[in-house]
Amino acid sequence: MPGRAAPVPVADHGAASGAGTGKRAARAVPAWRRSLRPYLLIVPALLLTGGILYPFGLGLYYTLFDFAASKPQPDLVGLGNYRRIFTQPAFWDSARVTVAYAVGAAAVETVLGVAVALLLHRSSLVGRVLEKVLILPLMIAPVIAAIMWKLMLQPSVGVINHLLEPFGLGGVQWTDTPTGALLSSIAVDVWVYTPFVAILALAGLRSLPASPFEAAAVDGAGWWFTFRRLTLPMLWPYVLVAVIFRFMDSLKVFDIIYALTEGGPGDSTMVLQIRAYLEAIRFQRYSFGISYMIVLWAVVYLVTMVLVRYLGRIQNRAAEVAR
Amino acid sequence: MKRGLLSVVADLALIAYFVFALFPVAWMVVLSLKPTNELFSTYFSFTPTLDSYRTVLGAGDDQGVPFLRFFVNSLVVSLGAVALSLVIGLPAAYAAARWRFRGSENLMFTLLSFRFAPELTVIIPLFVLYQQLGLFDTYVGMVWVLQLVTLPLIVWIMRSYFSDLSPELEQAALLDGYTRKQAFFKVALPLVKPGIAAVSLLAFIFAWNNFVFPLILTSSNAQTVTVGALSFLGGDRPKYNLTAAAALVSVIPPLLLALTIQRYLVRGLSFGAVKS
Repeated sequence: MPGRAAPVPVADHGAASGAGTGKRAARAVPAWRRSLRPYLLIVPALLLTGGILYPFGLGLYYTLFDFAASKPQPDLVGLGNYRRIFTQPAFWDSARVTVAYAVGAAAVETVLGVAVALLLHRSSLVGRVLEKVLILPLMIAPVIAAIMWKLMLQPSVGVINHLLEPFGLGGVQWTDTPTGALLSSIAVDVWVYTPFVAILALAGLRSLPASPFEAAAVDGAGWWFTFRRLTLPMLWPYVLVAVIFRFMDSLKVFDIIYALTEGGPGDSTMVLQIRAYLEAIRFQRYSFGISYMIVLWAVVYLVTMVLVRYLGRIQNRAAEVAR
Repeated sequence: MKRGLLSVVADLALIAYFVFALFPVAWMVVLSLKPTNELFSTYFSFTPTLDSYRTVLGAGDDQGVPFLRFFVNSLVVSLGAVALSLVIGLPAAYAAARWRFRGSENLMFTLLSFRFAPELTVIIPLFVLYQQLGLFDTYVGMVWVLQLVTLPLIVWIMRSYFSDLSPELEQAALLDGYTRKQAFFKVALPLVKPGIAAVSLLAFIFAWNNFVFPLILTSSNAQTVTVGALSFLGGDRPKYNLTAAAALVSVIPPLLLALTIQRYLVRGLSFGAVKS
């Protein structure tokens, strides 16, 4: 509806229109003021949005210079920062670590979250009791969760190795080996965010229509067939929302890695946001650090668009299955 | 018989997951009750003491970490961020739900993009900007930047609540001679009150749990618990019991609030994409 604000469902008649119904309106509001109304309502939000977009624009502008604490008079370098990023092995290492982290975390959380949701959906006594505390890890700040796990994973005095000792598995160097550090940080992510997937999947399970399942039961369909052909296709839109959120969030992970490993050992957990942080804040190479973030932002933006399109298609298909 | 066995196995699997989910918190309780001299000598047998809590909530430890002050800071900036988002976000959400006009969808999607934007893209320029504007390490600076977290959430969820509301009620009010403003305040707003309460609490939790903003944009005056909790880990002999106590103290508010909004979580966590 270009041009003027068209009231969607509510016709906004300044003066009471329904002839003879009720009292007359206190005063008629002129038409030009009526069409302005929605704009007046969103002006504050627009101003604030501008306040966030301004630093973003400023950041984009900085990336065209070699702005750093060591260079108070920055030179214009055009796309030099980006050229430097793409020709550095460090960037590609970070990109690999970031994708490995995001894929690993999102995959484990999805499988585990859906499994927990299916188990809770059976609504056994045990399940009903446990469901009350399902969201607990999700409400703990990720950085605090990482601190907790750091204490527990400490090789010599941590409780995890102590508990493993009877099984002859003591002394594991959890966060001190490259693979171990990456897996440990993914484990913390899984600990915090599995409830997120489980909650959405559980909401999905509880909203599925009953009739297809009754029909399948009458036909004597087995559990596996019902799950594959009915439950999963109808549940997939809900799960996909969770997967999109988790995958996008894991691409920009910061808190967990910062508290658990700070990108180490070596560069084994040096995800993009951590590297940008070290570049910009610790080494004060502002332009270079922001350039890293602009690249990540562009990737996140593109991936989001693709996934949201896919989600729309899936939702339509699920609606057909439900029919 | 077979069915009975299966459901026992299923329950055991559930219990296994919940042990994984709850053990870290339980272990923090144990650690926080340990006296410093028994910290590394025993695991389960020790004389419990509340000393760690006294240290953390008192004047700070020997390094003088003013944790209680961080706690107050977290409260102030989280409340401030939610309040500002409500004042700005509710009218915008209502407008976006009731009218289609040029720019409304663009605004909504710009706000949604905030939710997925890597935080440092905005924070690093803000770090430079705040130094110049004198907003570095201030409440105002923190409340402003936390809008990135709270505003998209509040606008998106509240739009979905307003859209679920039948417009006929407001229409009836208009016919009764109410002005638009009165219809909003006296009819629409009271009907979405539960939604407002839930989304405000959720926004508060996310603001409280935020780490990267205070890490970069504060140093001491406006520092929050999420950053402060890390201070006990410093040094060559990390104070495990103090760290555990600080961690537990800092998760109490979000956990208490979360228990009150269980019913509303699905819509909130999925930005209105999934309604339960």
